[in-house]
Amino acid sequence: MRKVAARIVEQLHFEAIEAADGLEALSYCRSAMPDAILLDWSMPTMDGMEFLEKLRAEPNGDHPLVVMCSAETNPERIQFALDRGAAEYIMKPFDGDIIASKFEAVGLI
Amino acid sequence: MTPNDLAFVAELTRQQAGVIIRADKSFFVETRLGPIARREALESVAELIDRVRSTNDATLTRQIVAATLVQDTSFFRDRATFARLQESVIPTLASRDKAPIRLLSAGCATGQEAYTLAMVALESLAPPRIDIVAIDFSAQALMKAETGVYSHFEVQRGLPIRSLLRHFEQADDHWKTRPDLRQSIRWGEHNLLDDLTPLGEFDIVVCSHVLSAFEPAAAAATLDRLDAVCRDDGFMVFGANESVSPPAAFASTPTPGVWRRSSAFPRVSSAG
Repeated sequence: MRKVAARIVEQLHFEAIEAADGLEALSYCRSAMPDAILLDWSMPTMDGMEFLEKLRAEPNGDHPLVVMCSAETNPERIQFALDRGAAEYIMKPFDGDIIASKFEAVGLI
Repeated sequence: MTPNDLAFVAELTRQQAGVIIRADKSFFVETRLGPIARREALESVAELIDRVRSTNDATLTRQIVAATLVQDTSFFRDRATFARLQESVIPTLASRDKAPIRLLSAGCATGQEAYTLAMVALESLAPPRIDIVAIDFSAQALMKAETGVYSHFEVQRGLPIRSLLRHFEQADDHWKTRPDLRQSIRWGEHNLLDDLTPLGEFDIVVCSHVLSAFEPAAAAATLDRLDAVCRDDGFMVFGANESVSPPAAFASTPTPGVWRRSSAFPRVSSAG
């Protein structure tokens, strides 16, 4: 799923860097803060919500636009993610049109 | 599907809906007509077309024409257009008087455009005072529009997540528009080739991504019919990238596809 998302993002002319979990993503962000993050909720070691909290506490951590991408479709859980700083939310399964639409909605395209 | 059968269907569609079907649309048309053939217990699309040829069955013909019309639509298609309606056009119209703002979604397909209009209007006006009329040729598309139920994929094409949470309820693995959204829209089966004046006058007439598929003469006549139901100083809206221009009474605005009528111009007859 991560590789599919990365390919779609690259087709939208973005440079995509993959991270296997929240820890790896946080380590990358500390070295080079990205403009946007496509963030899964369910990840090993550090899940999406914990990552988002730690990201926002980093210097310049409020810079990336975070688009959540999750199989979670409960409206209250989605609102929970938005309240914690996600700009948009993609419900799995998704396709290229959906990612493009969501990126457009937050002004990335 | 034989070229002869395609030409027959294309001529029906041109006559009844003003829409052009190109010769390379054979696969599309056959795919759309397959369900009708099965419902009629016929072996093939060819048999369906033979039946219409021999019986001139008006109901079946209308179903065939409706099935061949492209129903490609999405929420917030042409995002900049809806931003302008929400931030500028609707507040300006609301400041004139206390009357409800009337909007027409002409060629509304499965309803995403009309619901988007309802969302931006409800979020622009407190208290909400809108009257949206949404019309389409296809009874089947209108049936879906009226239920307000959309798939996981449909609600994720164009609809911001906050709008989804605010205006929709989860219904199993689908999403259903909330009652206040549904109650703000009246749906009607209506052919854009017919007189529109029985629908009344509108402050905003939206006919987006519809007329590009029309043959030029039908598009020009339809623009006059749309003009006839657009109020003085009202707005007409097309697709942002469509090369459709309204009658001379309309002036462009800074937002592509959004035009404003000037009351200085006389109205054309709505006949025809």
